[in-house]
Amino acid sequence: MPRLASPRTFLKVFIALLALTALTTGAAFVPLGPFNDAVALLIAASKATLVVLFFMNVRYSSRLTWAFAVAGFCWLAVLLGLSATDFFTRHWIPSPSAFPWR
Amino acid sequence: MSTHPHLHRDDPKDYLHCEYGIRSWLFTTDHKRIAILYLVSITLMFFVGGAFATLVRLELITPQSDLLQPETYNRMFTMHGIVMVWFFLIPSIPAVLGNFLIPMMVGARDLAFPRINLLSWWLFTASGVFVLITIFIGGVDTGWTFYTPFSTFYSNSYAVAAALAIFINGFSTILTGLNFIVTVHTMRAPGMTWLRLPLFVWSNYATAVIMVLATPVLAITLLLVGIERVFRVGIFDPALGGDPILFQHLFWFYSHPAVYIMILPGMGVVSELVTAFSRKRIFGYHFVAFASMAIALFGFLVWGHHLFVSGQSLYAGLVFSLLSYLVAVPSAIKVFNWTATLYKGSVLLATPMLYALAFIGLFTMGGLTGLFVAALGVDVHVHDTYFVVAHFHYIMVGGMVTAYMGGLHFWWPKISGRMYPEGWAKIAAGLIFFGFNLTFFPQFVLGYLGMPRRYATYPPEFQVWNVLSTAGASILAVGYVVPLFYLFWSMRYGKIAPRNPWRASGLEWEEADSPPIKHNFEEVPTVTKEAYHYHEGVRLG
Repeated sequence: MPRLASPRTFLKVFIALLALTALTTGAAFVPLGPFNDAVALLIAASKATLVVLFFMNVRYSSRLTWAFAVAGFCWLAVLLGLSATDFFTRHWIPSPSAFPWR
Repeated sequence: MSTHPHLHRDDPKDYLHCEYGIRSWLFTTDHKRIAILYLVSITLMFFVGGAFATLVRLELITPQSDLLQPETYNRMFTMHGIVMVWFFLIPSIPAVLGNFLIPMMVGARDLAFPRINLLSWWLFTASGVFVLITIFIGGVDTGWTFYTPFSTFYSNSYAVAAALAIFINGFSTILTGLNFIVTVHTMRAPGMTWLRLPLFVWSNYATAVIMVLATPVLAITLLLVGIERVFRVGIFDPALGGDPILFQHLFWFYSHPAVYIMILPGMGVVSELVTAFSRKRIFGYHFVAFASMAIALFGFLVWGHHLFVSGQSLYAGLVFSLLSYLVAVPSAIKVFNWTATLYKGSVLLATPMLYALAFIGLFTMGGLTGLFVAALGVDVHVHDTYFVVAHFHYIMVGGMVTAYMGGLHFWWPKISGRMYPEGWAKIAAGLIFFGFNLTFFPQFVLGYLGMPRRYATYPPEFQVWNVLSTAGASILAVGYVVPLFYLFWSMRYGKIAPRNPWRASGLEWEEADSPPIKHNFEEVPTVTKEAYHYHEGVRLG
């Protein structure tokens, strides 16, 4: 059996998650323009990492478990990355209505 | 008691007779009994989905809408798709044959998590009940793809109920996939190295990886559809600031790999059948095994080819079109290697082999027409026409259902302890092959001529092709009903099966009885040979 984090560590992680939640709420009130979303996503990713490492015990699991956990993030990157090929290039070609003389 | 040493029909230790009563089935943790539970459940759902298909084909005999109102027709093809995809095709080979065989093939007594396996079937049953309720209260008319904003705003049908059924069903799939992955990694018998694994295990392992990585995205997507429809939170609806193409990206990120959930296990079955009935080791074991993993990987990179005409960026379309051609490479490797295995083999045309040969031809047609629709220009012409309907039915029915039928016949002696009647089985296989082609080949022509899918009416010049298609569907239906009867019949009256009636290689044939004992083997086998060791001779009993 893989070992578990100590109760003290769990408590620290829990407090960190609460602090990050408060930070998310606070950041929402700071006008950062488009960076508001980026900051919120960054904090959310940090919280997810803490949950995966400690509450899901990946930190203390075998390398095989690490490989599968990393694979999950790789697949998320595929989802976001290939979707982005659409969103970032969708406006490169204007619609035919932009060329009424054709 | 039987006097033959390998005929264990009355042996109280076999898994069918070791316990009695309904509770011993509904709460069993034996992977073989759970496979039987799945077999019964998905067979029921297959005929429910088939009933919807029958109504669709009957309506399309005439150009005008006469048997069904267009609104009802929309519900029929939607429910056909939902039931067939999530309640038959996705669980078919993995949950029935995979559940039954994977532990035996790797030399284990059960799957890694037997209780989770039972939970998986109960979740499947719960989702099946939800989908049946959805049908009875009126069904859903969005198409099985739930495209937004129709599904989240305009549709006056039970989209949330159907989405909930699929949401629950997804957890069943994820748990099955998880169980297979852990079993293959941790429960292999001594000597069963990765490169001695039967190709059925490799293909189901690749499938399980897709199940675990893709299905959560579907769950999230359907949840978002529910949130937008019920709470009007703008996610996909442009009127609320959402992006409808985002839905298509998320949906197809799951649903294109789901096509490989449906076809990869079928490829695994065909690898087993081709070797067993050619009496040869498979040509290029490593290539066939790694091609499964390559298909699983590439399958995640191509989803955008479903969005070529949806408003997706042309540049993204170029990338997805190029990536789509990649999938053809490992698929072709498999087809060539099966064909090469047949070369100079001692081919026996028993029923499972007929299905395997049918699979190779039909899958190849489905795959090659997939290249048509992966091309940006051609797809503009055939998108949302019957060409696409024919293409994916050649993969899913001509491929997966044919492989499932082949596998079911091949392992039926192991599952039931009885032989099926070969003559009737060959007649049914012939009916299915002929009926299938008569149903779906005309649809290629219809689609190329421009008949769109998902309409209850069509121009009169298309009628002859539609009548041919419906005639084929009626033959296909007979072809599927006949095995239902003779397999039932064989459970009581079929010839008692010996341990290894096909003289096939593999632990399930060489080391386990027909039907197997509760824990599969008297003692854990030690593997000393490669898979498909036909050149060295196989153990018959």
